[in-house]
Amino acid sequence: MKFVDIIQTASSNMLRSKVRSFLTILAIFIGAFTLTLTNGIGAGVSSYLDNQLGNIGAEDMLIVTAQTSDPISSGPEEYDPDQSFAATGPISMQMIGTKDLEKIRDTDGILSVEPQITPAPDFIEGSNGKKFRITVQSHIEGINAEIASGKPLDANSSDHQLLVTKTYAETLGFTTESAVGKTVSIGVTSPANGQQIVEARIVGVLEQSLISSTAGGQSNTTLSQAIYDIQTTGLPESQKGQSPQVIARIAPDATEDEVQSIKDDLSELGFAGATLDDQIGIIKQVIDAIVLVLNFFAGIALLAASFGIVNTLFMAVQERTKEIGLMKAMGMRSSRVFTLFSIEAIMLGFWGSLLGVFLGMGVGKIINNVAADSFLKDFPGFELLAFPTTSIATIVLIIMTIAFLAGTLPARRASKKDPIEALRYE
Amino acid sequence: MTNTDTVIETRSLTRVYGKKENEFVALNGVNISINKGESVAILGKSGSGKSTLMHLLALLDKPSGGSVVIEGQDASKLPKKQVDRLRNDTFGFVFQQFFINANDTVLSNVILPLKIAGISRRERTRRGLEVLKAVDLLEKAKNKANNLSGGQKQRVCIARALINNPSIIFADEPTGNLDSQTGQKIEDLLFKLNKDKEITLIIVTHDDELAARCDRQIRIKDGSLIKEADTEKGVSSEVR
Repeated sequence: MKFVDIIQTASSNMLRSKVRSFLTILAIFIGAFTLTLTNGIGAGVSSYLDNQLGNIGAEDMLIVTAQTSDPISSGPEEYDPDQSFAATGPISMQMIGTKDLEKIRDTDGILSVEPQITPAPDFIEGSNGKKFRITVQSHIEGINAEIASGKPLDANSSDHQLLVTKTYAETLGFTTESAVGKTVSIGVTSPANGQQIVEARIVGVLEQSLISSTAGGQSNTTLSQAIYDIQTTGLPESQKGQSPQVIARIAPDATEDEVQSIKDDLSELGFAGATLDDQIGIIKQVIDAIVLVLNFFAGIALLAASFGIVNTLFMAVQERTKEIGLMKAMGMRSSRVFTLFSIEAIMLGFWGSLLGVFLGMGVGKIINNVAADSFLKDFPGFELLAFPTTSIATIVLIIMTIAFLAGTLPARRASKKDPIEALRYE
Repeated sequence: MTNTDTVIETRSLTRVYGKKENEFVALNGVNISINKGESVAILGKSGSGKSTLMHLLALLDKPSGGSVVIEGQDASKLPKKQVDRLRNDTFGFVFQQFFINANDTVLSNVILPLKIAGISRRERTRRGLEVLKAVDLLEKAKNKANNLSGGQKQRVCIARALINNPSIIFADEPTGNLDSQTGQKIEDLLFKLNKDKEITLIIVTHDDELAARCDRQIRIKDGSLIKEADTEKGVSSEVR
């Protein structure tokens, strides 16, 4: 029998008992539908995170922090007068000083090091004359946040450039569009000279984002340095040049092993290095774990569905005993009989998964639209569910494989039928 | 002994069912030889072993002892794949219970052996219509098999048995489910094919009238041949 004929025969066999086939397909459909949605959430959140963290172009970055020993496992640490801590609320952060910076720079594989300074302005003042508190993040080259209007910061510019969030743009008396190009005043307190004012130009307005929502704005290196200089004037030398983390650049094409060996070297010096991937990795792990649990439930649905396939096909084999006997008497080979029933099983899986995947994608689109208008309103570009073609194809293929495996049992029984017994069967 | 015209012959064919104390000898050392173009009736009461003999001749069953030789080839020495092919292109089957798929069209029932053989759709349809014409059912080709009368159904079976140009047609009680008038027509059709196309006809029956129309009768009782008589040729075949 030709393969085309087998497919055609299997498909018309499937349609012979429509209700039974439909119910089996429905069971598979439920599993496929669930899998599509759970994987959709996983893919949607992951791709959003990737975008938000500006993954593109920052592969050469290693964020280095001082390694803090865990007081529970290693006991209290001895006091070291050379090390300083910045106390921010309940969390005390170990700082990296100028000496440390050199040590890091001398590590094999590290091309350059730049301290990430932490500007701490008192307030920001816009066109309406009111002063507002603001937290400003110093811009890291290579990580570009999404911009709603204007343009991104220029790392090499000698001007004081600032990005503000939409909320700040409005609070300061502008709109998202009109804020671009406006000059604002930033107040900074110097320990030696008291409060001083730095002027900065808003070059763009940031999209609201889950990741950087704590900060009200981003400053370019020049502005960060200007603010930092003021806030550290008059401080004792030992407290200058301290930063909680430094940005080390490594070769962009470094292999995982090379990155790991740099991390190990840093660890010996008492620093912890993390690539951007490592940092995203933690969030991704959590999401992957959630998706895994959800997929587990979809898996149970599919397991139940596969028993449905076994049952349906056993009944079909029973009903078609004579027909199988006749075909075998007429010279149909056992392997072809097996293929015929296996294909029927795969078809049940195919239609069930196709229906599930398409309806899942449809429902996903609706959820995305509803979410975009409600709880994700402030996060443009955040598609809660994403459906990459590969993962959709994978779902369909996996389900077809499950269906095939479920079908082997009845298909085997059909292929083992003795034509004489089958023809005698009433 | 084996002459060139022999299409099928058996050598001390034995079939035993069950094991040890439950052992039942259905066929005990049967030797027959059937020539090309012959029509042979296998007669016997139910349980005599006539169906067992036909199943063995048609290679649907494996003998416990002895062998079936088809066109000079010992079937027991052939690989399974080739046995399947032999059944597909050398044999045609006509059954008492028809065994047609009621929901399929007449044409698709008839072309089943060609579909199994892997012949293209166009060729299948062409030959399907040809054999339907031969059994006078051309106008029913697109009808559902379910809507046919008993005689028409059996003609569909004959068309199906004919489609691969077989050298042997096995008919198991071909008229058993038909009234005598319709049965007569089916018999006429089978014997006409036997004459015109020189197809060897092996009919299993307990109908003496039908058996009498055959060239030769093979009578079986308790698994052994009891008598072999020629009605037409007048030549007595040897009974070993």
